[in-house]
Amino acid sequence: MIYYSKTHEYINMINDTEGYVGISAFAAKQLGNVVYVDLPEADDEFEQGEDFGAIESVKAASDLYAPVDLEVIEVNEALADDPRLINADPMKNFIMKVEVKDASQLEELMDEAAYADFCAKEH
Amino acid sequence: MHRLFPHTPEDISKMLGDCGLTELSQLYVDVPQELKLKEPYKLPARMSEPEVRRFFDDLGRRNRQGMICFAGAGFYDHYTPAAALNLVGRSEFLTAYTPYQPEISQGTLQYIFEYQTMMSRLTGMEISNASMYDGATATAEAMMMAVASVRKRRRVLVSATINPAYRRVVDTYAHYHGIEVETIAEADGVTSREDLEAKLQEFSDVAAVIVPVPNYYGIVEDYTGLSELVHSNKALLVMTCVAADLAVLKTPGEWGADIACGDSQSLGIPLSYGGPYLGFICSTKALMRKMPGRVVGATHDSEGRRCFVLTLQAREQHIRREKATSNICSNQGLMTLYVSIYMSLMGAEGLREIAEHGHAAAEYLAKKMTEDGRASLRYPDKPFLNEFVLRTDYPVDTLIHAAMKSENILAGVKLNEHEILMAATEMQTREDIDRLAAVARKCN
Amino acid sequence: MNKELYGNLVFELSHKGRKGYALPANGLDNAGALNDMPAAVMRTGAPDLPECDELTVVRHYNNMSTNNFGVDTGFYPLGSCTMKYNPKLNEEIASHRAFAGLHPFAPASAVQGALKAYWTLQQLLSEIGGMSEFTLNPFAGAHGELTGLMVIRRYHESRGDTKRRKVIVPDSAHGTNPASAAVAGLEIVEVKSRPDGTVDVDDLRPLLDDTVAAMMMTNPNTLGIFEKNIPEIAHMVHEAGALMYYDGANLNPMLGVARPGDMGFDVMHINLHKTFSTPHGGGGPGSGPVGVREGLEEFLPTPRVVRRHVNSDDQPVAEENRFAIEYGPEALGSISATLGNFAVQLRALSYILSLGSDGLMQVGPLATLNANYIKEMLKDDYLLPIETVCKHEFVFDGLRDKSTGVTTLNVAKRLLDHGYHAPTIYFPLLFHESLMIEPTESESLETLDDFIGVMHDIAREARETPDVVINAPHNTPITHPDDTEAALHPILTYDELAAQ
Repeated sequence: MIYYSKTHEYINMINDTEGYVGISAFAAKQLGNVVYVDLPEADDEFEQGEDFGAIESVKAASDLYAPVDLEVIEVNEALADDPRLINADPMKNFIMKVEVKDASQLEELMDEAAYADFCAKEH
Repeated sequence: MHRLFPHTPEDISKMLGDCGLTELSQLYVDVPQELKLKEPYKLPARMSEPEVRRFFDDLGRRNRQGMICFAGAGFYDHYTPAAALNLVGRSEFLTAYTPYQPEISQGTLQYIFEYQTMMSRLTGMEISNASMYDGATATAEAMMMAVASVRKRRRVLVSATINPAYRRVVDTYAHYHGIEVETIAEADGVTSREDLEAKLQEFSDVAAVIVPVPNYYGIVEDYTGLSELVHSNKALLVMTCVAADLAVLKTPGEWGADIACGDSQSLGIPLSYGGPYLGFICSTKALMRKMPGRVVGATHDSEGRRCFVLTLQAREQHIRREKATSNICSNQGLMTLYVSIYMSLMGAEGLREIAEHGHAAAEYLAKKMTEDGRASLRYPDKPFLNEFVLRTDYPVDTLIHAAMKSENILAGVKLNEHEILMAATEMQTREDIDRLAAVARKCN
Repeated sequence: MNKELYGNLVFELSHKGRKGYALPANGLDNAGALNDMPAAVMRTGAPDLPECDELTVVRHYNNMSTNNFGVDTGFYPLGSCTMKYNPKLNEEIASHRAFAGLHPFAPASAVQGALKAYWTLQQLLSEIGGMSEFTLNPFAGAHGELTGLMVIRRYHESRGDTKRRKVIVPDSAHGTNPASAAVAGLEIVEVKSRPDGTVDVDDLRPLLDDTVAAMMMTNPNTLGIFEKNIPEIAHMVHEAGALMYYDGANLNPMLGVARPGDMGFDVMHINLHKTFSTPHGGGGPGSGPVGVREGLEEFLPTPRVVRRHVNSDDQPVAEENRFAIEYGPEALGSISATLGNFAVQLRALSYILSLGSDGLMQVGPLATLNANYIKEMLKDDYLLPIETVCKHEFVFDGLRDKSTGVTTLNVAKRLLDHGYHAPTIYFPLLFHESLMIEPTESESLETLDDFIGVMHDIAREARETPDVVINAPHNTPITHPDDTEAALHPILTYDELAAQ
């Protein structure tokens, strides 16, 4: 199950407590060529809404916000070498694998359909 | 019409007509009547060029002219090469804006790239930005940069031996930006390692430790083991420096600093009563994304030519807006051209010779000023490059005023009633020093 | 401008053993003087700096300069930057020998002329801004904003009112406004613009409460539109106990017309490098003096320059001590080690004296006339979203004909081919294709007509041969530099470049 936040992060749950966090395809397209991802570190903990990193293109920058309370299990180091992977496939090239601290917060996020509507309105 | 406006009355009528208007005042119909000026500014009438020159000549005569300058305290009287003074006046450089259009700004971008290279080599750091305002604001920005680089730590430790004019600015920025500043005590003129260790023990939220090279009293402090101590506490080491001195002194890079900052006025920039000078920030490449201000990078154009652009712009205020950790936009751009030219003329050998001259003159000055036993070095056991604190039996004011009146010499910067900070450079001679010492001998 | 790329770096011209200096003989034993320094504090090895003779250096930088475009090269219609002519006299004054050698910590009695120059400019700016007093210490516009916001925080602090931490900023504001607020420890609240770009008073009203420290505005705004509701806005903000901050980046069209102080602003900054003709220097040094209304003077940053006729004991002060430097107890603190970019201040003073009261009165109207003239002559080809009289600048939302695929960026780059600097593009953020033009009062009718002609040519090209515009520039020293590569793999020094 994939959930989306209003700030365009997704969390792709792989079981009840673990998932991958990245940015949506919509956000990746808006940013353009990604040139840098400021990655968190494993074991860092973030509260819902807290910024855990940043993503930059040539002429834009955006903070990344934790969609739920979480702890970082691992980060996708490949993005440090080639941030453009995000443009290539933002779902496959997640930013970090996390442990969700409070699964009930997932209910506050949007599912795929709701997020598509949300983006259509924002554009 | 005024010489600075090209508009003839006919031009004005034609242009107004093309806008469907008849009078200039119609351009301001949207400005409420009650806000408009009712009468011209209460200012002097226009002046011709000769009148303006005369005005400034008259003002200039109220300044004491041609003083031999032993004042330092961060700003030094150095040789200012004619070529550097002249070339910064090239109007293609002088009248350009920030190089946002790289296709027609390669001149500006190229000299900034040269400057960044020379500063990184001088400080021993990996990278440099395209300048800050002055040494004081550069130090304050380095503090904010360090705080932004270290998660959830908002306290900095600042040595008591940094320039107090810098410290005032650091304190101001910290106060409004929400950073706690603690002073590392001074012991016999240098940063107390004992107190630093104690403070690192006491506070678990230290983002940075800031120390000077050389310190305010002119002392070149020995920072052996400092970076290991600071880094083992997960804080960053910031060194605030007098740029020219790094040609001979151990560099922030060699000491293991994360950020080097300070003022480059010492690289031959005219004193000019306070500015423009040139603040700098250099750092490790790891901190590149937290660097404030503009940065120039090399790239290629579509025809494969090497060229330069402003890069890493996503860090900057105009993109980050309220998320920015620095708001710097205009910097001291043209002064980076000045010091690039200066360093190109001087080379490493020239900077070394200047340091030698300054050191030889300062040692001779110290010797002569203490000869009659009525003054002594405040920190006799500490090494200094070209500046030191003299403790006098006679009032410092007496010395300063007597030297100014009888020899047209600025003796130094007063620290308190009986202590004066004195600096020497390549600009003062043995004879100047003898004259100053002779004045001192007569002080009571 | 030379269309051939010069391109050498000084490191490539270095030749071991050459030098471009000679030091004065000082009568001392200098060689080996440093041998008594402890080895532990000395650097190992000299920095790798160029070794060049003077002529090599002079030719290098002269040749480099020919690939640069300045106001002295050609028309520079860069919106919000006020690229007016920088009179040559000002440069002469700035390097006047009677000021160039003064040490910033020299006793006041030795620098009375410099202090008087500073004090005089303070006074002149106060009259022009409608303020009570100015500090000239801030080094640039953004530094002025930061200083002004600190004044405001200090003011609230002095009244024991510590909960005011918000600053209201219009969504059309210059990027430095929110950034300056953030650095000053303030939280930014955006207020929306109406379709004409002015502040929506109804949107503002609910934002005003006792947590608001200030409202920050530029007037005219970044669309070049005068905020005619300014008296009402100022009233509302003051009622809420907050102060009004004037971003002086757009002060030029107001010269001779209206003063920020009379509009209800409490604190303002002025960009001397915009309104008062000091050169931009490829990005600086500028100067951003900050003015305050009566009652806020004591909060201005230290050091402050004051004029005294009597001392604290009411005794007359001698002429040689008339001007002094003070560090007052109520000040917000220091934002500079010295009195700021002094030589820049001298240039601005020279400019104001050259124009005089009557000249200054004409600056705003002529700058505004030039902007309106271009706007009216080009609105057939370029989309003008706001159809009213503008002030010193205005914004097109790209070409009127959107079917050609030609963007604002393309138009801007095509202008470079024709020997013009590009306008400001993609700012303000209110429109997708913002193209912001500010001609200043310095430019003649002929220059404007030539520019208008070229803009029309570009619009025609966009329809007939769009690829020519889309692929521009064609006629510049370099073309299409790879920004993405530069940001992806930053090469910031010659050492990194050489290591490639």
